[in-house]
Amino acid sequence: MLGQYGDDAKILAGGQSLMPLMNMRLVRPKVVIDINRVDGLSYISPGQDGGLAVGAMTRQREIERSALVRETVPLLASVIPYIGHFQIRNRGTVGGSLAHSDPAAEIPAVCLTLDTEFDLASSSGVRTVMARDFFLNHLTTALEPVELLTQIRIPDTGDPWRLGFQEVCRRDGDFALVGAAAMLHLDDNGICREARITTFGAGGTPMRMEAAEQYLSGAALSSEDREEAARLVSDALDPISDIHASAQYRKDVAGVMVRRALEQALLQTEGEPAA
Amino acid sequence: MTPQRNIRLTVNGKGYESLVPVRMTLADFLRGELDLTGTHVGCEHGVCGACTILLNGNAVRSCLMLAVQVDGASLMTVEGLADGQDLHPLQKAFQRNHALQCGFCTPGLLMTAYDFLKDTPNPTEAQVREGISGNICRCTGYAPIVQAILEVSQES
Repeated sequence: MLGQYGDDAKILAGGQSLMPLMNMRLVRPKVVIDINRVDGLSYISPGQDGGLAVGAMTRQREIERSALVRETVPLLASVIPYIGHFQIRNRGTVGGSLAHSDPAAEIPAVCLTLDTEFDLASSSGVRTVMARDFFLNHLTTALEPVELLTQIRIPDTGDPWRLGFQEVCRRDGDFALVGAAAMLHLDDNGICREARITTFGAGGTPMRMEAAEQYLSGAALSSEDREEAARLVSDALDPISDIHASAQYRKDVAGVMVRRALEQALLQTEGEPAA
Repeated sequence: MTPQRNIRLTVNGKGYESLVPVRMTLADFLRGELDLTGTHVGCEHGVCGACTILLNGNAVRSCLMLAVQVDGASLMTVEGLADGQDLHPLQKAFQRNHALQCGFCTPGLLMTAYDFLKDTPNPTEAQVREGISGNICRCTGYAPIVQAILEVSQES
């Protein structure tokens, strides 16, 4: 059907983003394709190489309740409660959040941090796109009009990763103004082997903070190191001003979010979810 | 002419069959077609919570679903809470605690609280506040609503 209607069609997943846009007549799709009755798109199963495979129509509430997700990809489990409210998570799906790709959304940010792979299907087959190549711009992804996101594959990031996640919003459940996710892999002496840092709400897409990641690998993660990482993050960002927050606020607070996420990750024992 | 589809569903234990325009929201269908006007429509974009109902036992926004999507489903609206003239414990607790003034948000809060207590039977006050954070009330300041929900959780 996507092949037939292409750009005229919108996929209706959980409807927690598309339905408000339609109700407000901000989008008026000629064709709405409801995939809620398509079998086989909702599952959480162990991946082939130890990670996790999640069907695109898996409700966020199912992720929140899944022991398998908590064990295998604790970062994903820990951010779900930040999404909207439980009534929203009862309908909202993993794939819907990713395909919609709101810059302030949590699932795209953690998928980017987790080096997630996306399976995009069309009538001509399935292709796999890495998270870093999937998010292109504000509400824009690598999905072609004829493609459907069917599955994501997330590598195992329980032990030995330490995790942190921070965001600021005006009210509980609101869109985040800005936020950050951090993952740290330390050696036995507490030296950082690998750092992954993502900010969201501070640009058109969630973004990996490469300068800060490189600075931290090999570092002892002292308070000076964490401050320097925060400064590198603030310097790297060029966010927009809108009615919710100024660009300067987003730059500064993104740095603070990263610093706090790093502190949270350091305080936490290995592999346990940040909460 | 908007295309229409025939749907069958159960609402508050009663079966219905109806021909609905494919773009009609579930909230408009419940109010306009089934005359179940207890479900209120506030913001129409999922923020205020007034239209919250139970879809197969889970609290959802009825303004963010299309009526055609509930073909075959079992719904519960605020009209399904009371047993005849006998109010549901949540409704009684709301009444006792003055947890409503204008009443616009009440149906959504009751349905939210119903699902919340099923999931979290012995909540702390903080959990109740988080649980109802997706429902906006402009009259009460929430304190009596929180109190009412805590009372019900302590009754059972």
